[in-house]
Amino acid sequence: MPHSSFFRFMAPSLIAMLLFIALPTVSIFVQSLYVEHPQVLIETETCQPLGGCVKETTVDVAATAKLRSEAPLGQFNGLGTYVDRNHLAINSVGLLWSRSGSLGEFVSGMMNLRFYRALAFTLFYCFLVTPLAMALGFGIALAVNVVPRLMKGPVIFFSLVPMLITPLVGALILFWMLNSDGILGVALQVLFNDPGLSTQSSAPLTWIMLIVYGTWTNAPFSFIVFYAGLQAVSRDTLEAAMIDGASRWERVRYVVLPSLKPLVLFVLLVQLMDNFRVFEPIISFNASANATSLAFDIYASLNTQTSQLFGSAAATSVITIAFIAVLIVPILARVARELQAGRV
Amino acid sequence: MRNFSFGLVSALALTATPVFADCGIASGSVRILSNDFAALRIVNETAAECASGTVTVTSNNTTEHKNIQVAALTANPAEYTVAMVANNSIVPLLGGDLIRPLDDLVAKYGQQLQPNQLIKIDGKIMGIAFMANGQHLVMRKDLLEAAGVAAPTSWEEVLTAAAAIKEKGLLDYPIAAPYAAGWDLAAEFVNMYLGTGADFFEPGSAKLAIDNEQGRLVLKTMREMTAFMPPDYVTQDTDATAQLYRDGQVGIMQNWGSLAATLIDPTKAKPEVAAATVFAAAPTVGGGTIPSAALWWDGFTIAKNISDEDAEASFQAMMHAIAPETAAKHPDAAVWLISGYTPGPAAVGVIANANSGARAYPMVPWMGLLHETLGNELADYVKGAEDAERALADITAAYNAAATQAGYLN
Repeated sequence: MPHSSFFRFMAPSLIAMLLFIALPTVSIFVQSLYVEHPQVLIETETCQPLGGCVKETTVDVAATAKLRSEAPLGQFNGLGTYVDRNHLAINSVGLLWSRSGSLGEFVSGMMNLRFYRALAFTLFYCFLVTPLAMALGFGIALAVNVVPRLMKGPVIFFSLVPMLITPLVGALILFWMLNSDGILGVALQVLFNDPGLSTQSSAPLTWIMLIVYGTWTNAPFSFIVFYAGLQAVSRDTLEAAMIDGASRWERVRYVVLPSLKPLVLFVLLVQLMDNFRVFEPIISFNASANATSLAFDIYASLNTQTSQLFGSAAATSVITIAFIAVLIVPILARVARELQAGRV
Repeated sequence: MRNFSFGLVSALALTATPVFADCGIASGSVRILSNDFAALRIVNETAAECASGTVTVTSNNTTEHKNIQVAALTANPAEYTVAMVANNSIVPLLGGDLIRPLDDLVAKYGQQLQPNQLIKIDGKIMGIAFMANGQHLVMRKDLLEAAGVAAPTSWEEVLTAAAAIKEKGLLDYPIAAPYAAGWDLAAEFVNMYLGTGADFFEPGSAKLAIDNEQGRLVLKTMREMTAFMPPDYVTQDTDATAQLYRDGQVGIMQNWGSLAATLIDPTKAKPEVAAATVFAAAPTVGGGTIPSAALWWDGFTIAKNISDEDAEASFQAMMHAIAPETAAKHPDAAVWLISGYTPGPAAVGVIANANSGARAYPMVPWMGLLHETLGNELADYVKGAEDAERALADITAAYNAAATQAGYLN
């Protein structure tokens, strides 16, 4: 294809990517370098029902508006937001490092910092749910593949249900079932013979429940992709393997999996990116006491009563983008290598 | 034939439920943005009665109102003409200069208003309050009697009563309070800290001042309460705790006045719970006399970026919506501040708070940041994962970082 027609063909998507992906990312990065102007404070008298009149310090609206109109972005803060206590907390981490007597003390000190608490759960979730959901999805795909033709439609539909349910609602359903009065919560209490058992009060149990939810909701995506891939696995090779006396497991290991490899890389890529943005189950599980994620921190910076912290949300977003890039670059590099070798 | 047409007319009158009231509005557009709970829905529906051929009335009841109000009122013309607010949500509207002084409109149309309904900032009326709210103590007198304790009036007595109820085997978890991490948990700290009489900030600045004896007392009391609360308490918000109470699973609870009516309604709560429930002011703490609960008001403001005609229409519609008849028609829906309102049984708690000198939720602009910081940082302490010193240090550090971002601290 000549270069000119290639560009004409690609131009619409390139423009869309520039407008809707590149520009917002740049704008978020710029925003993360700024904080609000110093607010001009004045003393005013405030009268409220029941509370009476009090002298209160408040913001001088006119003076602050003037500052804002002169420099709408706010005050340049450089990387100040990135290193403050609510993000990378460089100073606190340094202090902790020099003062902690043991590694355990250092880790528990880090978990006390909002950003690292969120990062720890995000990574934990991402690295556990991704392989678990892929393995479960692959297992379902293998099982569905041998179901009699008549049953396939209903079985496939049923297997896809977790993906069809809105994540917020799906997580809420599980949350209610796991409540100490819910069917699963009571079942667990009976099973472990501990009437005070609550999956929602302890951090480890909350993390496990979120992983269970994540695996449940993400498995159908892997399943449907792998199931489609299974239809393209060469029957001849499979039959040849059978004639050679390969067991079912050996056929999966040496024939099916290698031919699904490009799909495995694709699903891994998508799932890593998806799971790194874990958010809905934390809201539905009311789990922020025990588990928060980077996406949850962004939400918390914006969902406020009075001052939305745009700089803070932007900084967390940029850090999130950086982490996702670090996670997926090795996989992309591998795909590129395989493409060059002509194996994909 | 005549009978038939008469029947038809009355049928029409019945189906056309929106009652058209004469609100005296010539013309204009009334667009209301409000939070979503029963009392505000009543106010909005009553305002809608002012609709006529020349007047349109629309309303958006949403719990997300705080997140959209600033953007919606910054637009010119503003998306909404009326923004319903409370102590905390009026602050960003004032800060953005998005609402108009109402002195002229009050003089012209506000004869029904009582002086304590007017929210005045620097002498100018910026909002009109019409109902009060707040958290207060809810308890089952049958359980207290069975446990042989008097009705508690302080948190210390609540703990003693809870211990007695537990010891007698009446309930495993006698206490509930909305300790869900986030806004609810922070509100409980704010309530109890107000009860100590101390201030959150150093006078005249946004500098945090809770790292003191009172702050430690509040933290200690909050942790002690969790020993008597159902194990899921860090996930239980106001609605979840109210449901536990209605089901008879807990016997003493601090919760919102706006939920009180559902606790004594035998169709919503278990009949034996509804019958035995009594309301009282929020308990005091540390030997003080102030109920440990913030006083809240709900009211309305009128947008700045709208035509004077729409502002006038909106004010008149709201005057109709919060007329004495509304309070008379729905006495149990809220603790109305409207003149002529006779409080019902559900209003006892909030009124007791007000009479015992409870303090208003602070209206300073940086209070929101403190509230969010408390919501993020308190859970670790309440769960027992860290001590009070550490919790107060964490709260102070996180608040300072946020307040610096927002320009309140340097």
